[in-house]
Amino acid sequence: MDNKKMKKTTKSSIITYAMVIAVYIIVEIMLKTGSMSSLMQGLLVPICVYIILAVSLNLTVGILGELSLGHAGFMCVGAFSGAFFTKVMAEIIPNVGVRLFFAILVGAAVAGLFGIIIGIPVLRLKGDYLAIVTLAFGEIIKNIVNVLYVGKDSVGLHLSTKDAVALKLAEGGEVIINGAQGITGTPHASTFTLGIILILVTLFIIMNLVNSRTGRAIMAIRDNLIAAESVGINITQYKLLAFAISAALAGVAGVLYAHNLSTLTALPKNFGYNMSIMILVFVVLGGIGNIKGSIISAVILTLLPELLRGLNNYRMLIYAIVLIAMMIFNSSPKAIELRMRLVEKFCIRKKKGAA
Amino acid sequence: MKKFLSLAMAAMMAVSMTACGSSSAPKDASSDAADKTSTEASSDATFKIGGIGPITGGAAVYGLGVMNGAQLAVDEINAAGGINGYQVEFNFQDDEHDAEKSVNAYNALKDWGMQALMGTVTSTPCIAVADKTAADNMFQITPSGSAVPCIANDNAFRVCFSDPDQGAASAKYIGENKLATKVAVIYDSSDVYSSGIYEKFASEAANQGIEIVAAEAFTADSKTDFSVQLQKAKSAGAEMVFLPIYYTEASLILAQAATLDFAPTFFGCDGLDGILNVEKFDTSLAEGVMLLTPFAADSQDELTQKFVSAYKTAYNETPNQFAADAYDAIYAIKAAMEDGAVTPDMSVSDICDAMKASMVKISVDGLTGLGMTWNESGEPSKQPKAVKIVNGAYTAM
Repeated sequence: MDNKKMKKTTKSSIITYAMVIAVYIIVEIMLKTGSMSSLMQGLLVPICVYIILAVSLNLTVGILGELSLGHAGFMCVGAFSGAFFTKVMAEIIPNVGVRLFFAILVGAAVAGLFGIIIGIPVLRLKGDYLAIVTLAFGEIIKNIVNVLYVGKDSVGLHLSTKDAVALKLAEGGEVIINGAQGITGTPHASTFTLGIILILVTLFIIMNLVNSRTGRAIMAIRDNLIAAESVGINITQYKLLAFAISAALAGVAGVLYAHNLSTLTALPKNFGYNMSIMILVFVVLGGIGNIKGSIISAVILTLLPELLRGLNNYRMLIYAIVLIAMMIFNSSPKAIELRMRLVEKFCIRKKKGAA
Repeated sequence: MKKFLSLAMAAMMAVSMTACGSSSAPKDASSDAADKTSTEASSDATFKIGGIGPITGGAAVYGLGVMNGAQLAVDEINAAGGINGYQVEFNFQDDEHDAEKSVNAYNALKDWGMQALMGTVTSTPCIAVADKTAADNMFQITPSGSAVPCIANDNAFRVCFSDPDQGAASAKYIGENKLATKVAVIYDSSDVYSSGIYEKFASEAANQGIEIVAAEAFTADSKTDFSVQLQKAKSAGAEMVFLPIYYTEASLILAQAATLDFAPTFFGCDGLDGILNVEKFDTSLAEGVMLLTPFAADSQDELTQKFVSAYKTAYNETPNQFAADAYDAIYAIKAAMEDGAVTPDMSVSDICDAMKASMVKISVDGLTGLGMTWNESGEPSKQPKAVKIVNGAYTAM
């Protein structure tokens, strides 16, 4: 009875949380019993990072209905501000866990701020402009980070865009962001448990937002801008809200990423255009607007290239083919029809079996 | 229906994850069993050496060179009876020149049962992996990870020169041989290798009486048109252009300099090695280019000749410096293993401790230097060599 009373949306949210927690429990059991390979153990935190990225991008692409091609840029902002924070505060806050907690907040705040800065002029535009500007933003961020030199000594922080020598650090000073060489020596603080907690927080924020009055306003804007405007919804404000939250969550993922590796550099490979597209692929494969789908596709697409290591040189080729096959299976009308028929047959047979 | 599907997929995911886990479990068990048998019948045991580097993507040339060079060394060692009487297995994993992928590759190799790591090839991934090897106390020797933090831990060593050393050595070489006084530098500011060399070169140049008339940067996103940088170097009256970059960009710079009628001496570091093999590149443009490299494929010494001919038969290519570094790295591992009297049934950590102690004692006559020795910090000590391109071939200077 209670179950029926429960709103459909609440039920769907609970299933999503349950899914994440169930996987967490299974993985923890496997870790405790030692039946997980080191490769899989190493992949746990990256998977959490990509899930958060995919889910947060889904807010922009699926719920707000705007195409963002600069999600890796926000991740980059979050990663660098978070890692910078942990390095600078090393003496003031000696506890790594506490420092990481604040680093996550800092990363989220800075990335969110950038989201607002980008969003204010751009979200007023219609059409594909946001996609183009976010694309440019991602590239700009990467290049700015690559010429940024920040050092710390007894006097305070020094900043330069020329080279490390131009910082003129006093004796005992330390270069924190060393231009293209990025930040090295970030503490290893990201754990799988932390990743899962952050995923749950991300899901909580996004699913509550979507099911709230604000979320309905955002979806109204997506579905029909003119109608939404005519009932008095402040379009720019709501768009900005969704976009900034999406950016802030990408920043959180960035902080998690930065504290999983001891080196952080802004290369085209990890924070460039390709990464943004990769996250978009997670979202598109999982179904635009489908949060659960994003999670599943992020997991599969992160695992796939690693599980194909046995194939050596053909690895990336097979990965691409599998990606195409999965897209077709998931989204082509014919494939959906076929899938429906299969499921129906299966269900009918099961019913007959039960009878 | 959607819900059913997503649940089904979640279930599938869970199953696949457990499947991965369980598939590794018997592997572990079997390796345990192998360990047990190895203590009984040691003739079956092998040393497992892992390698990591990019064999796909933009930096693939280096990774492939290292993979082939190391494989060649391993085959030679096996044919000659192995290390301490045990055969050697070599497994090379791709990291796409990405720190995260590199750590994945390292974990995959650990699952395979790696006992010593020869890698990684490129600097940024190397720093990330070095952190992991230190945590596991796994012996690591990088053939070409030249950034300073690559070997910050005491379990890590390298075969190549570090970036600052190359920068300083280049400046010294130019200064001592009075090659030029007005030097322009074109470097990649988004690359650790390139900016690392440039910074040290700039600080050392002042001591050598070299004036840097122009220091022009480019980034990975703008590495096709260098006319602006070359024009600036030209108008600044540079006698020499120092190129601490990789050969792909250098080949473009040489071609574009020719169209600008700008003909200074070009001087580069080991990254320039391989410029003669660039496809559709007019090698006459590279005439007179000097580069500081520890390895020249046309050296007349017996070791190099033997290596080059073996490499050519096996892979149908002329080996570059990366292949030579990897070849030396494997022989360094062999020397350290023999000195430390390491056996395959020892634990990874014990092997590492033994090899760490041996590394500072051994001396290796390799392709990239005779009598190479290592100090506690992991830096090699060997003479830098400069080569000049004459008649389309590297010639020792």
